[in-house]
Amino acid sequence: MLLRFFLMGLDRKAGIVLTILAFLAVAVPVMTLWVPADSPFHLSVFTVSLLGKYLCFALLALALDLVWGYCGILSLGHAAFFAIGGYAMGMYLMRQIGPRGVYGNPLLPDFMVFLNWKELPWYWLGFDQFWFAAIMVLVVPGALAFAFGWFAFRSRVTGVYLSIITQALTFALLLAFFRNDMGFGGNNGLTDFKDILGYDIQADTTRVALFVATVAALALSYMIASGVIASKLGKVLVALRDAESRVRFMGYDTESYKLFAWTLSACMAGVAGALYVPQVGIINPSEFAPASSIEAVIWVAVGGRGTLAGGILGAVLVNMGKSYFTGALPELWLFALGGLFVAVTLFLPKGLLGLGAQLKAKLPGRKTSALPNAQPANHTAGQKGA
Amino acid sequence: MSAESTLLYLDGVSVSFDGFKALNSLSLVMMPGEMRAIIGPNGAGKTTMMDVITGKTRPDTGTILFEGDTDLTRLREAAIANLGIGRKFQRPTVFEPHTVWDNLELALKAPRRPLKTLTYAISRDDRARIEEILDITRLSALRSRQAGSLSHGQKQWLEIGMLLAQDPKLLLVDEPVAGMTDAETEQTAELLCSIAGKHSVIVVEHDMSFVRALGVKVTVLAEGSVLAEGSLDAVSANQQVIDTYLGR
Amino acid sequence: MLDVRSLDLHYGAAQALRSVSMKAEIGKVTCLVGRNGVGKSSLLRAIVGLKPVSGGSIGWDGADVTKMSPADRARRGIAYVPQGREIFPLLTVRENLLTGYAPLPRAQRSIPDEVFELFPVLKSMLERRGGDLSGGQQQQLAIGRALVTRPRLLVLDEPTEGIQPSIIKDIGRAISYLRDKGTMAILLVEQYFDFARDLADDWVVMERGEVMLSGPRSGLDEQEVRKYLTV
Repeated sequence: MLLRFFLMGLDRKAGIVLTILAFLAVAVPVMTLWVPADSPFHLSVFTVSLLGKYLCFALLALALDLVWGYCGILSLGHAAFFAIGGYAMGMYLMRQIGPRGVYGNPLLPDFMVFLNWKELPWYWLGFDQFWFAAIMVLVVPGALAFAFGWFAFRSRVTGVYLSIITQALTFALLLAFFRNDMGFGGNNGLTDFKDILGYDIQADTTRVALFVATVAALALSYMIASGVIASKLGKVLVALRDAESRVRFMGYDTESYKLFAWTLSACMAGVAGALYVPQVGIINPSEFAPASSIEAVIWVAVGGRGTLAGGILGAVLVNMGKSYFTGALPELWLFALGGLFVAVTLFLPKGLLGLGAQLKAKLPGRKTSALPNAQPANHTAGQKGA
Repeated sequence: MSAESTLLYLDGVSVSFDGFKALNSLSLVMMPGEMRAIIGPNGAGKTTMMDVITGKTRPDTGTILFEGDTDLTRLREAAIANLGIGRKFQRPTVFEPHTVWDNLELALKAPRRPLKTLTYAISRDDRARIEEILDITRLSALRSRQAGSLSHGQKQWLEIGMLLAQDPKLLLVDEPVAGMTDAETEQTAELLCSIAGKHSVIVVEHDMSFVRALGVKVTVLAEGSVLAEGSLDAVSANQQVIDTYLGR
Repeated sequence: MLDVRSLDLHYGAAQALRSVSMKAEIGKVTCLVGRNGVGKSSLLRAIVGLKPVSGGSIGWDGADVTKMSPADRARRGIAYVPQGREIFPLLTVRENLLTGYAPLPRAQRSIPDEVFELFPVLKSMLERRGGDLSGGQQQQLAIGRALVTRPRLLVLDEPTEGIQPSIIKDIGRAISYLRDKGTMAILLVEQYFDFARDLADDWVVMERGEVMLSGPRSGLDEQEVRKYLTV
């Protein structure tokens, strides 16, 4: 049955995405570890970690597209789930430091010693085990999303109001995690990681392995998302995106459907954050900043909302642009980002992946329906007879 | 008349909104398998009548019985829908991004919970049922077409199909041919006629050529109650009916 | 003169008007009749500019107004009294009338005396809020408001709907008076047949989005017209 589920989601687009990812999973390790350093095909470890970072963002974008493109929920706080997953991994990595920290305390991370804490808070227990941390990476964002969604959807909060509440959620978490007494490292966050699963986190092989793990996570998540969308559940989601009361009228409990997609999306975002932290070496509260969530929305919008692959494309392209700008013209980056957002809204409403369909519809004489599958429709209420 | 063998039994139903009497001691009876056309000038109470049957509005007085023994005035909208009373509104509300087939699949009587739909695989029976509906609604050739690209008439037929997919005992159809071409109107009459018998149908319409094509008993409503009942020819000749349409 | 040619109008995929052509001349009352749902209100909304058309043209006073905004059409002398009156409930009677100044140049901004001559009740209720008036009084206010704009085409959508008989008489008299003045064309949609018949100089009869009959009252058989109104 699981096989059938995955096969259902295997359309042409999925084939292309998975092939590219498979290629990366093989080519990158080869180009980094086996190709000699003076060859033009050699990839530096720095580049590998950068690519890994991009793919973590791609996974976040995929998760966001699942709820935005297919459910119509514009989440402006999705980076919160990403950050929580990141913190869960960060807590494991902190505990792995052991006695190698500046203060040499075998149990307490440096920042706790600095704050004069005598023992490990209860919520840090268990994080010395990888399997526990891995479970928490899924469970904590998922549980938070479930609780949030339960109240929000049942109260029939939708549209702009829901988006505003998601912003409030991430902002509240930002403020909370900034506090030193929360026990998560305050505004410095968690950093100075030494090793992961016993391997030196800075080593080339570890970096490459993390990259491959990210590729695998992205591929698996893509297949899951694709399978969900292709299933009858996915069809209900797409239907309720544009006509929720009609779907309810047919006997479907739309709140449960939204809750399912929302929670699944949060878990994916959590995994993305967890893979991100060891590759960048730090997690701090700025990941909760509302701006991060909005950037994620821009990635999906640029690539093409409601396509799954669009989020991946947009995340990679925009972040490549960001790396370039913040290196070459740092003062201009925010303007570029804002300009990109405006340009996409005005000229590329369907994103880059929708460009083909957009141009085709403009060709004279071609009477095509302007709606590719799963593109959100613009419904104006009220057709009156005479 | 006793309610026993009837499908729908309305007796003395009255509804007031802010002093305005929308339904005034309305009485109407329908037998199983029957199709009835409801006509009447603006404000006659046609929509309100459908609202009280489906439970959207509660009547102030009167009896509404379904299948002789179920009191509809005591049930909520969702319960009445589950009894097998389906309503089609004037505007088509099909799911535009989905294909005709998917629209019907979503409407088909099947478990509605998320985990069930996640693992749903279409059964042979379900497939046959959808084929049957595609056949009745003449949409077989358009099964893979996106609903949003259908003509207005085709959307209306799809919506009737979606209603049929829930296997209703009684269909309430509100102004189905508004905005349709002549050809589509004719086909809609044929479509509804082919449904009647296995299902009971109440059609509210203004279009007289359509009502004539249905060839069924007509109930004329005016000012919240039944003014006349009979064949279309009989009610057209009724002076009271003529006067009410002329606004006298 | 109002000259509508081959008008098509759609709501989404549904076609509400099919190649509708009709005329309304200055100094005449043109009655547009038909059963519910045939497209009368849609046609009025198209003429006034509230709903864009998908084909055909609307000519008014020698100009093609098909693509003009409602505001521009109001400035050209088209006034609309919609079904349901739509007066502003929180504004007083006086203030409602003053909203009629919107399309007028400064020099013409005054309430013409004839508004109060036709509807004396408005004068006695100038400071009353619109929402506090009865249905019939609101209808008179709506017509008065339209008259303030100095219209040359007055479009009325079922002005007698839900109104008591005595006020219906007043409205009928007002329409006759305005017709006799000879300065405006009046397009009247009605379901109340006798009211329409007494006023109509020209008929336009619609069914299913099309014009079935049209012409002057002398050329039309009343029985023919009634056929399209009744069952």
